[in-house]
Amino acid sequence: VFHSCFSLQAKHTEHHEGRLYHIPLEEVKAVFPHGLPYRFQQQIRTFNEARVMVRKPALELLAYLKGSNFAHPAVRYVIYGERGTGKTMTLCHVVHYCSRQGWLVLHIPDAHLWVKNCKELLQSSYNKDRLDQPLQASVWLKNFKTSNEHLLQEIKTQKKYMWGKRDATEVGRPLGEVVEQGLARVRSASDAVGVVLREIKQQSHRGSFRLLVAVDGVNALWGRTTLRREDKSPVSPEELTLVHNLRKMVMNDWSGGAIVTTLSQTGSLFKPSSAYTPQELLGKEGFDALDPFVPIPVSNYSPREFESCYGYYLERKWLQHEKAHTEDGKAELQFLSGSNPRQLDRLAGPL
Amino acid sequence: LRLICTTTAVERKNVGASGPEKYTEAFIKKQIEEFNLGKRHLANMMGEDPETFTQEDVDRAIAYLFPSGLFDKQARPMMKHPTEIFPEQRKIQWGEDGRPFHFLFYTGKQSYYSLMHETYEKLLNVQKHQDQLIAPDLPLQKEKRNLAGSRWLTKIELEEMLLEKLSDDDYSRFIQLLQKLVALPCADIEEEYIRKFSKEVPVQLQKVAIDPLQYDERGVAFSTGEGKRKTAKATAVVYDNGSGKITVNGIDILHYFPVLQDREQLLFPFQFLGRIGKHDMVCTVSGGGRSVQAGAIRLASAKALRSFVTEKEVEFMRQAGLLTVDPRVKERKKPGQEGPRRKFTWKKR
Repeated sequence: VFHSCFSLQAKHTEHHEGRLYHIPLEEVKAVFPHGLPYRFQQQIRTFNEARVMVRKPALELLAYLKGSNFAHPAVRYVIYGERGTGKTMTLCHVVHYCSRQGWLVLHIPDAHLWVKNCKELLQSSYNKDRLDQPLQASVWLKNFKTSNEHLLQEIKTQKKYMWGKRDATEVGRPLGEVVEQGLARVRSASDAVGVVLREIKQQSHRGSFRLLVAVDGVNALWGRTTLRREDKSPVSPEELTLVHNLRKMVMNDWSGGAIVTTLSQTGSLFKPSSAYTPQELLGKEGFDALDPFVPIPVSNYSPREFESCYGYYLERKWLQHEKAHTEDGKAELQFLSGSNPRQLDRLAGPL
Repeated sequence: LRLICTTTAVERKNVGASGPEKYTEAFIKKQIEEFNLGKRHLANMMGEDPETFTQEDVDRAIAYLFPSGLFDKQARPMMKHPTEIFPEQRKIQWGEDGRPFHFLFYTGKQSYYSLMHETYEKLLNVQKHQDQLIAPDLPLQKEKRNLAGSRWLTKIELEEMLLEKLSDDDYSRFIQLLQKLVALPCADIEEEYIRKFSKEVPVQLQKVAIDPLQYDERGVAFSTGEGKRKTAKATAVVYDNGSGKITVNGIDILHYFPVLQDREQLLFPFQFLGRIGKHDMVCTVSGGGRSVQAGAIRLASAKALRSFVTEKEVEFMRQAGLLTVDPRVKERKKPGQEGPRRKFTWKKR
């Protein structure tokens, strides 16, 4: 039976392709405070359990990660594919695996959120040209804290940082304090983010912990923004502190970890909806910056995966229509959704 | 409710039954003479032989001499025999002394009642014949008349035949009498009389030739179909032994038709026949908008699937409406209105 479940995904191999494994709900809250797609979160709430399908791209990625040598500079993996084929879910799978293994996970749920719809832009105190985004930074810091509590206590700062005129963080304090500082002082949240990123990058090659940088929607870092300054002049991504620091993280000049990114067209700005390859979505700048990388394509469900997903919906009694239980109904669903996971999910909703 | 498609039989007003004649016999005779003379003149003009000048030649000559761009054929100039143009009229029914010719004149509906009398006479005739037969032999087993292939005359047609107005009640009584006559076993004697009042109905199943399956170089069977709807034209090639993949203009249907409704339209012919995952399809479509293109492809694929399927299923498809061209097109805007139906905003003052 395809949809038999089991936990402990450390032993995932190709035999398990198409099966769904479930993550205990406490782990979900701990590992994924942000980052799961909205519809998947709704599904978790409905079914009271989180089931993720094991698919080939994820297995490939995990194999690479297991076999990678951490003395070399970090390898970059770019997950790309059509809309609704499961890129974000693959990323979440990998993130869960790494957090189980004890890595420090730097998970940015959607980089597009940082380059659009920002209400407050402050001029950065650290660097006069750049602009801060206190709200987004503080939200991210909170989630980062929940996901990586235990490791934050172990990593110590190596430099003294001044927050404004009075506050300072001494050398040797745990990173958790920096995060607290950022949360308490919202004005300096973006700088706190920058500090955290820099510290982690410098210390990762020592080998005390492994670092996974997981960015969803990495094409936002090199596109255009919809933000404007008060004098209505457009802002380019480099002028945002968060984006600037993140770009430094995504460079492969550090070792002891891996960088896994996803391209996303749905949140991207000023890009046609049929674009899905790395060249189109990253643009020349982004492509040059990310080059070399390992591309990982994600496609629609294979027949086996489709059957397993269909079987899961039937088991959880999500498909209530009488015709949906028949072979004809299954063929119809496959035809109408084109084996696209998102289409299937939306189709099965009202049934 | 207004009928959208009306037959000409319904629309034509029965001028013949409206009243005593408007055109005298002498007038009609004069018209016929003039027509014949005119025909000879026309033949001379066209350089043809006047003796062998048929009505078709007349029509062609008139269309050549008086070209018209009007859409309605009845509105164009025509030259036809006066009996076709002036409808049949009832002549004066009484003589010079005022005495009517027909014995049933004072009933008001003389031809109708005389018809009823005649039909009843035939009925009695048949019954007498039957009684004669029943003594010596068993009555002949009458072959079932092809009731499906014929229909009785409509009220309008009957009115035209009798040249007088009928009421619905009268008409239904006459039809009942005819049916009673037909139901008797020995009605074959009066077959000729009954045939005067029945008409052949053309069989609905227009026998359209179904193309046989063609085979391409890999040995896979395929067939083509064409469809159109409003302004979109589509051609579909359906291959056998497929997996249900469909490509439109080189693009996968998920990308070409992001809306679910269009994909459901494409699914319909396959789902109806129960062959969802069995065929591959490659189509090209142009013109129209999104749902119109979907409808055109649906028609094209249904036509292509006819070759893969038994005749009975073809009949089912036709009755389901998968094989008919959708006649709806954009309605013309009329002057004095904002659109085809919408009137301008009505202001009280």
